Amino acid sequence: MTERKPVCMVEAINLALHRAMADDPDVVVLGEDVGPNGGVFRATVGLHERFGFRRVMDTPLAETLITGIAVGMAAQGLKPVAEIQFMGFIYAGMEHLVSHASRLRSRTRGRLSCPMVMRTPHGGGIHAPEHHGESTEALLAHVPGLRVVVPSSPRRAYGLLLAAIADPDPVIFLEPSRLYRSVQQVVEDDGQALPLDTCFTLREGKDLTLVSWGAALKETLEAASRLAEEGIDCEVIDVATLKPLDGDTILASVGKTGRCIIVHEAARSYGPGAEIAALVQEQLFYSLHAPVQRVTGFDCVIPYARQEMAYLPDVDSICEAGRQTMRGNDQ
Amino acid sequence: MPLSVPISYTRYLDDHGQPSGELPGWVDDPQLLLDFHRQMTLVRAFDQKCVALQRTGQIGTYASTLGQEAIGTALGRAMTEADVLIPYYRDTATQLQRGVAMQDILAYWGGDERGSAWTAPGALEDFPICVPIATQACHACGVASAFRIRQQPRVAVTTCGDGATSKGDFLESLNLAGVWQLPVVFVVNNNQWAISVPRSLQSAAPTLAHKALAAGIPGEQVDGNDVLAVYDRISIAIERARAGKGPTLVECVTYRLGDHTTSDDASRYRDADELSEAWKHEPIGRLQRFLHGQGLWDEEKEQQLQRDLGERINAAVEAFRSLPEADPGAAFDHLFAELPERYRQQRDELLIRAAALGGSAHD
Ligand SMILES: [Mg+2]
Repeated sequence: MTERKPVCMVEAINLALHRAMADDPDVVVLGEDVGPNGGVFRATVGLHERFGFRRVMDTPLAETLITGIAVGMAAQGLKPVAEIQFMGFIYAGMEHLVSHASRLRSRTRGRLSCPMVMRTPHGGGIHAPEHHGESTEALLAHVPGLRVVVPSSPRRAYGLLLAAIADPDPVIFLEPSRLYRSVQQVVEDDGQALPLDTCFTLREGKDLTLVSWGAALKETLEAASRLAEEGIDCEVIDVATLKPLDGDTILASVGKTGRCIIVHEAARSYGPGAEIAALVQEQLFYSLHAPVQRVTGFDCVIPYARQEMAYLPDVDSICEAGRQTMRGNDQ
Repeated sequence: MPLSVPISYTRYLDDHGQPSGELPGWVDDPQLLLDFHRQMTLVRAFDQKCVALQRTGQIGTYASTLGQEAIGTALGRAMTEADVLIPYYRDTATQLQRGVAMQDILAYWGGDERGSAWTAPGALEDFPICVPIATQACHACGVASAFRIRQQPRVAVTTCGDGATSKGDFLESLNLAGVWQLPVVFVVNNNQWAISVPRSLQSAAPTLAHKALAAGIPGEQVDGNDVLAVYDRISIAIERARAGKGPTLVECVTYRLGDHTTSDDASRYRDADELSEAWKHEPIGRLQRFLHGQGLWDEEKEQQLQRDLGERINAAVEAFRSLPEADPGAAFDHLFAELPERYRQQRDELLIRAAALGGSAHD
């Protein structure tokens, strides 16, 4: 086996796109600047040269159109992978996601389907201009018929993107831009997909379950290490697929620990944390040792670059929530 | 400065069914003309039946195609089975011509998803009716892109109303079709009204076909009440697209003789004189007068046709009425290719709620 260099997440995404396009002629890539430029984050580098303009399409600058033509291509059995340059620009395509992509199979009772993937950078923390730091995954996760996937490492980005492309239904693939280049891992380019609709347990522990996804897992894992030094043994779960949610893994963990904190960048109210907290209390109310807590972004517009870090969940806040949760019913 | 780029307008038959110039060669085929007449007559009779079924509570809201029968009939006929229709919601004529069964159309408007699960071999890849305005134009470009990517000699044909041409989806689609030279034909049913908003308040463009020009694609008008003109021009546009020569926008100028839908009352905003004037231009009488002039039609044939079509329509209504109630679990069964385990319980809950409603689930 050849020695592999570690790669960052955006390189892992690029590897997955190359692999998917090489393995399946129905996979096509479209979006703004995805051609010769290789995407503004370089996720599509080399695809245009290798697979040609027919399968790697620079579109006009029109996000409604990008989303809508992906629906049309998918209905014809292609597997379009559309890139929206930043999550803040996905809203122009919402009508196509909500009213068409998510329900084409249902409204034709299976006569047509929509095996498309929409990739978009997700979350803040890279000091980008306004509208470039959005964490609005709840808007999408609320829609019946959409899958919403968020990888948290190069390896999971590779395996989950392959799974998303192979999936016969529409998948929104949110790529934490803060992780694009900050973490490196050896990624075996073996074409192996990871399972969708499945949480990943990143760290096992018996006292407290920390649930998170995407870039916020970085702080969550750090908090788990710090709490371990204080004698608090945390289990860390990477949700990975926000919709449909793998409740079983979360419930098994919280059933064991009796304590749960959900960490996400998205604004608190009506965020995915509320859904997970509701699930936990519905199923485990009588075995909880402490109230379920959330450490999240705030219900304000995410601040511009200078102060955006104050908006994002930090290690201290997660640790403090952890200590408080451990005091729990003994308070 | 008013825009003065000329847009062509094609009409072969005037209101009296008289040729207004030289007719295209294919008009020599009497069977095609009789087919048009038969089909448009079917569309009108079926359309009236749909309205009647809505009035008696047997189907839900329905968008009548009264007065616009020529467009869908000609368009459906100009397409081949390999082509794909991406319709809007006033496409009863087009769907029927594509081979979608009347009972499926009734099921759709009757509130049953199975109405879009048709098995008509010529329409298997056709999109279902599209309600969100102009979104279908983008889907058509996606379908046409798939044809281009796979290098298939097929054409995507999409329809919309005059109001839809104001939406970004429509303009973004025209723009892309021009840049990529997609095999797509945009057919605009300009029936002068978008619910209560007249054409004059929709756009200051001299014609809706002018909107094609900014996208660098050909745009033209036809008399949408002249089935010969619609068929001729759309056939040419489709074959142009199939030959790799790019997209066309065809604006069919017609008039909505009915309300917007059965939920609308056009008398609230529309002048009665305008309506009675518009009836003078309607498409079926015009073709009928032409056929009479050619010795191809008479009163006896007309009565026989009406009887035949009445029987067909009644049989379709009967088939619709006897459609067994759908399994409520289908809402989950078709949510994804495979139902995630997580939703199994919700599916069971839905079945319990549906069962509690019993036979009145559809009331
Ligand atoms: Mg109209």
